[in-house]
Amino acid sequence: MTSTETSSSSLAETDFAVDSRQVATVGQAFTAYGNRIRGGDMGALPAVLGLIVLFVVFSLASSSFLTALNMANLITQAGAICVLAMGLVPVLLMGDIDLSAGVAGAVAAAIAALAIRDQGLPWYVAVLAAVVAGMVIGLAIGLLVAKVGIPSFVVTLAFFLALQGVTLRLIGQGGSVRVDDPVIRGLTITNVPVLAGWVVAVVIVVGFAALTLLRYRSQVARDLQHQPLGVIALKIAGMAVIVLGVTAVLSVNRSRNPNFPIEGVPYVLPLVALLLIFWTFVLTRTRYGRHVYAVGGNREAARRAGINVDRIRISVFVIGSSMAAISGIIAASNAGSVSPSSGAGNTLLYAVGAAVIGGTSLFGGKGQARDAVIGGVVIATIANGLGLLNQASYINFLVTGAVLLLAAGVDAVSRRRRSASGLG
Amino acid sequence: MTTTGLPEPLLRLSGINKSFGAVHVLHDVDFAVYPGQVTALVGDNGAGKSTLVKTIAGIYSAESGERYFAGLPVTINGPRDAADLGIEVVYQDLALCDNLDIVQNMFLGREQMRGVVLDENTMEARARETLASLSVRTVKSVRQSVSSLSGGQRQTVAIAKSVLWNSKVVLLDEPTAALGVAQTRQVLDLVRRLADQGLGVVLISHNMVDVFEVADRITALYLGRVAADVATADVTHSQVVELITAGRSGDLGLTTSGTTA
Repeated sequence: MTSTETSSSSLAETDFAVDSRQVATVGQAFTAYGNRIRGGDMGALPAVLGLIVLFVVFSLASSSFLTALNMANLITQAGAICVLAMGLVPVLLMGDIDLSAGVAGAVAAAIAALAIRDQGLPWYVAVLAAVVAGMVIGLAIGLLVAKVGIPSFVVTLAFFLALQGVTLRLIGQGGSVRVDDPVIRGLTITNVPVLAGWVVAVVIVVGFAALTLLRYRSQVARDLQHQPLGVIALKIAGMAVIVLGVTAVLSVNRSRNPNFPIEGVPYVLPLVALLLIFWTFVLTRTRYGRHVYAVGGNREAARRAGINVDRIRISVFVIGSSMAAISGIIAASNAGSVSPSSGAGNTLLYAVGAAVIGGTSLFGGKGQARDAVIGGVVIATIANGLGLLNQASYINFLVTGAVLLLAAGVDAVSRRRRSASGLG
Repeated sequence: MTTTGLPEPLLRLSGINKSFGAVHVLHDVDFAVYPGQVTALVGDNGAGKSTLVKTIAGIYSAESGERYFAGLPVTINGPRDAADLGIEVVYQDLALCDNLDIVQNMFLGREQMRGVVLDENTMEARARETLASLSVRTVKSVRQSVSSLSGGQRQTVAIAKSVLWNSKVVLLDEPTAALGVAQTRQVLDLVRRLADQGLGVVLISHNMVDVFEVADRITALYLGRVAADVATADVTHSQVVELITAGRSGDLGLTTSGTTA
């Protein structure tokens, strides 16, 4: 046995010899990133590039696009899409889909609006009722998908139709419910005081920097794999530029009337940021999140590892529908009312498009909460820019459809390249 | 069937019977796994190898028979019981998640936590320790995604995962079936190292070259019966092939042909 062992160990070592713990320099990190992209692992890059192109095109085409007023509009428009898409990310991670999320949000918003108008309940009770309604809808979908075994596409298509009936029954034919609760309506039409906005922005940046650096330090201390300090510094700088830049733009007085200044970050933005931080934490730092990725990557492997696959599959639909409830409330706040047609039409496709454009795969196992926000901003920019250009709405449908198809195409092609190059 | 000079078996099954409906798959099977030794389990398709492995792993329950672990009688009512005793199975289809990295796969379902947060640092350090203790030098980084690994590297990760939990007995179902020459080499080396660390290793294989290279003992199954349980040094290649195909070879093997069952 000894003779074979000596000959074999040399053979084994020729394959790979060392366990590398870090990419040594920033330059090497960039090369590695380039290789990943060429291998088809593009992440959010297409969305970021697309966003830059859209901004250039629209600012050239319309003088009012790059104004502070329009940027604030864009952010309130993006809010509902981002939140809906964030709820869809775990569902898409399973390789499932929830076509009913948009109308589930409308049902929840109708419940909240009616609870305030007819029952006179305070806003927080109404919001709680809406989220609970979303959870119940998600639980029903999840049980039908995971326990009965109906494909999620069919279950949620059925819910898409049935839930529109529920909204119609709640609100009544041809009617609509006004949303004038100051807190809920204020979510999108009032702003955080400028100073408070700056404080929150700085806290977010400093917190991000501190957490990243602490993690780096403990990885170095325990001799674990870590990124070079330069890359970490770049990440923190990029984060700071985005957060502080957006805050600066929104802190400018954007009112057309000098007597009534409008300045500060709309309340919906911190809400979206809070949800983004929360879901990023859940998906990447908790056991539950790890199990979601595992079930989405290889269901059989997850089952053998002792993970309750059915429970995970049900839970993602609960998350999807309760996030849809919050999204529905944001949409109702933005529109000032809930109508039977709320959440129908292209709401859901916007959200699916947002997640996929951001880099979440329709094939499951790959995606992050931030994809939903990046993609949501892209979708909202298209809707906003085309609106400014006074295009007929058919153009909006055509463009959004084309963008969704393009994103799904990029996803499918990059998936093929990934499997060819053996990257995750 | 000489057992003189052998240590106390780590795991011993005696008189195991298992049927699926009218089909009697395992007949009074006796099987032993010794610490520090590789026991090859050989047999033709349908001889009952997989059934025996799944019975050991607690996935199937046997109708009759006793099990002893380190000399003490034990009952195994499910995969959890087997895992608690330190019995791990590496299945043929490796059950790794392509979208997760090596560390995440090795700890899947048994993540180390610090409060509600995953303790990534401890997991990474422990995964690296385990791979180093097995002298695995075939992975570039423990943080690379499993989808970027070759077949042999995947097999290595799956085996390393099975020994991460202080396991005593590792059962490997056809670990080299889909591998090339160099990768088979790596995996067989790893199998040998597991035994050298004192684990009881069961290797299921169709490949006689592999079996003769790493196995200390060979248990041949023929139509659900143990045809022979011999030391590798005492038999030849062709004798084992005869045991697999006919159930007997010279004075070894079943006394009746076994087909009467």
